Amino acid sequence: MSARDEILGAVREAVAGCRGPVDVPPLDRPDRDGDVDLFADRVADYRATVVRCTPDGVEAALAAALPEGASVVVPDGLPYVVAGAVADDGLTPSDLDAITAVVTAATVAIATTGTIVLSHGPGEGRRVLTLVPDLHVCVVRADQVVDDVPAAVRRLDPARPTTWISGPSATSDIELSRVEGVHGPRTLHVVLVG
Amino acid sequence: MSRTFLGMPPFPAAAREALADPQLRSNLAHATTTIRAKRAAVVAEVDDWESLRLRAAAIKDDVLLHLDEHLLRLEESLTARGAVVHWARTAEEASAVVAEVARAHGVDEVVKVKSMATQEVELNEHLAAQGISAWETDLAELIVQLGDDLPSHILVPAIHRNRAEIRAIFEREMGRVGRPAPDDLTDDPARLAEAARLHLREKFLRAKVGVSGANFAVADSGTLVVVESEGNGRMCLTLPEVLVSVVGIEKVVPSWTDLDVFLTLLPRSSTGERMNPYTSTWSGVTPGDGPQEVHVVLLDNGRSRALADEVGRQALRCIRCSACLNVCPVYERTGGHAYGSVYPGPIGAILNPLLKGVGHDEQTDSLPYASTLCGACFEACPVRIDIPSVLVDLRAQVVDAHRSGVPGPEALAMRAAAATFGSGRRLAAAERASALAGRAIDAVARITHRDRRVGGRRLIGRLPGPGAGWTDARDLPTPPEESFRAWWKRTDGGAR
Repeated sequence: MSARDEILGAVREAVAGCRGPVDVPPLDRPDRDGDVDLFADRVADYRATVVRCTPDGVEAALAAALPEGASVVVPDGLPYVVAGAVADDGLTPSDLDAITAVVTAATVAIATTGTIVLSHGPGEGRRVLTLVPDLHVCVVRADQVVDDVPAAVRRLDPARPTTWISGPSATSDIELSRVEGVHGPRTLHVVLVG
Repeated sequence: MSRTFLGMPPFPAAAREALADPQLRSNLAHATTTIRAKRAAVVAEVDDWESLRLRAAAIKDDVLLHLDEHLLRLEESLTARGAVVHWARTAEEASAVVAEVARAHGVDEVVKVKSMATQEVELNEHLAAQGISAWETDLAELIVQLGDDLPSHILVPAIHRNRAEIRAIFEREMGRVGRPAPDDLTDDPARLAEAARLHLREKFLRAKVGVSGANFAVADSGTLVVVESEGNGRMCLTLPEVLVSVVGIEKVVPSWTDLDVFLTLLPRSSTGERMNPYTSTWSGVTPGDGPQEVHVVLLDNGRSRALADEVGRQALRCIRCSACLNVCPVYERTGGHAYGSVYPGPIGAILNPLLKGVGHDEQTDSLPYASTLCGACFEACPVRIDIPSVLVDLRAQVVDAHRSGVPGPEALAMRAAAATFGSGRRLAAAERASALAGRAIDAVARITHRDRRVGGRRLIGRLPGPGAGWTDARDLPTPPEESFRAWWKRTDGGAR
């Protein structure tokens, strides 16, 4: 018998006679708007930088976020102009390792946890793009901010790869003392619009 | 190559050794105290925490009772999304799949995300035996691997090491397997993390095959979820051309929206953060983004056995957060190695016997007793696994597995107690004998000046013979000179 059939058979035998339906209580949470101020506070709690601006001020905020003379990569479909940035035309991980910063948009943001979620479509780019460069500058619009994790889950399409980002990469593996900056970008800079 | 847990002594022997290590005791006390406070603070922020626990437990129960249907659905969704699904009954079968994928691509190394399932199947050792190096990329796993050590915590496997020990390991070992530690390395955690970043980056950039586990597998959408902190997970899931994920069959959840509770419960219970730095989700192959060849190995390795245990099957709800370890008074003192498994602490004390079965080896059979049954683990568990009840049931199973024609000393003592308590006359006689013994022991203690008292009552130092095991770790008061019943009779219930 194949491993598949044997495992399925063992599972069926294990639960035979106790197949009753289980009453799964629904999530009972009011549908609240995301609190943009709370989002900004919670992102800052992770020792990420948060800068707020008006829709007209995004490009100036991006320019200010990028170090002088830094190499920058942007994904296709980014609705903002970043001076001097190279487009991602299939750069290899090693190419990206030589680039300082990446600028992207996001799909949804979560106020209570200070989380940004990318689903890697236009304006957000391939997953590797926001991983290898050491500085990630991410533009989040106020209307993308939802209240909590369940609301974010509902907004996302599982068919897309997603990356949930809460602050810069970090570890607590040494005596449980938190250190920001391990393998992912060591600096996260959020530009919050509106 | 790391050591394995094979041949570990039973819990009491291993615990005694751990308790004698003051450095370990100090590292553990510091770490568990820190993380308990963090968890308590972020759990208190969530008003409906208890409802979330109930929902999460119910989702998992529902999955477990219909696991075959959900697994078939998962297989269908993964296949439709371009993933290749493998089924593994045992650790050997799971490791063989990974080795075969690596061989098919002609590589002699893979990069790994921290994963309990791959540790459980001892994947690294299996691969090493076939000439394939598996590089651990989680910082704590790297510390364990470079130190030729064993993991001692589910979330922070190097929790038993302090910064000075870690620095020494990095300086000694990094150069042997890749980029050496910087010459001016200090024991500052930020500098140690930097050394790991530099050491591993060359491995990430050249890796052709990545290996992961999964925290959740969504049946409806064929989505796997990895929850992590450092970005090493994202590296392994994104940079290699080929990805193999080893997933326990109990990791399945029915639909994407079921993640709502789990992604709320897990980080707060685990690292004590509102959200972990990175969570990755992916459904098979995404053209032009990430690995273009994706394998998923669905692993049984004892899970169907655990599922058949009506009391114990709730252990399969476990989302490996390790909250139960951090609150456990036994774990806090002995650390994880004493449990002799990649699954230590309260959850390990039930999961190992459930996965392996009882009555086969002394080490596994000792685990259900590695607890005071205080219940802190049940309270902390985000999926409400009633660990104390499972422990008690497993103790009964261990006793049953060792029954033979000849009763042991414990069974004889219990039978004698039953006979005594079963008759008022026999109990009165026993009480008179006990009062006599109490007076005799008191007299001896006065003469020999071994007068230890707690709460006014004299203590017996240490029992001889078979009783020594009881008094090794407990104070035994001398029997009272008068029993309650004798006192009642003499004073007419205190009236005289």
